[in-house]
Amino acid sequence: MEFDKELDARGLNCPLPILRVKKALAEMIGGQVLKTVATDAGSMKDFQAFCRQTGHELMSSSEANGEYTYFMRKKV
Amino acid sequence: MAKKLAIIASKGTLDWAYPPFILASTAAALDYEVQIFFTFYGLTLLKKEIDAQISPLGNPAMPMPVPMPNLVQVLPGMESMATMMMKQKMKDKGVASLDELRTLCLEADVKMVACQMTVDLFDFKPEDFIEGIEFGGATTFFEFAGEADVSLFI
Repeated sequence: MEFDKELDARGLNCPLPILRVKKALAEMIGGQVLKTVATDAGSMKDFQAFCRQTGHELMSSSEANGEYTYFMRKKV
Repeated sequence: MAKKLAIIASKGTLDWAYPPFILASTAAALDYEVQIFFTFYGLTLLKKEIDAQISPLGNPAMPMPVPMPNLVQVLPGMESMATMMMKQKMKDKGVASLDELRTLCLEADVKMVACQMTVDLFDFKPEDFIEGIEFGGATTFFEFAGEADVSLFI
């Protein structure tokens, strides 16, 4: 999947991944896609909840070998 | 209009210091307007250097590497040892430091109010605290909390 910005949140625990996402999104324009890789097992639920509350679109989330990858489209 | 979160932070130990800063920074990331009112021991979390300690004493739920009776926990140095071990564990697990979380809160415009009565009670000086905070009383808290969607006492 194509993306405009990549964020490495591996090794970070709650709430840091979400705080970094918030910061990364602030530097992007509406419609752009942010890719985030995290290792926090709680991030799957939190990323979904973050998007539901903020209106950004969680395009996909997947897990492989303990790493969680998210693609998020910033709301316009 | 943005949702509002009001928190009273009344505890100053390492474990109790986390919830206010974690919840405040996360709420700010969710576009909440946040205010934390620091009172009694919570006020020490606004000092320039956060020196929060943890004590296993009287806390039977605290996971310990080896079982430790209360009688041993009262020995000098046990508290600083427990604090050191907890901080190391947090670092290993990627948990942010209190200082880092507090800075993130300030960057996200979380408003921090120091309880003036507690400042007087403990003879603290305004220069003991970080910059960018306000001083106020219970009425100041209610001006914000009265309009808040979520209010927490920690």
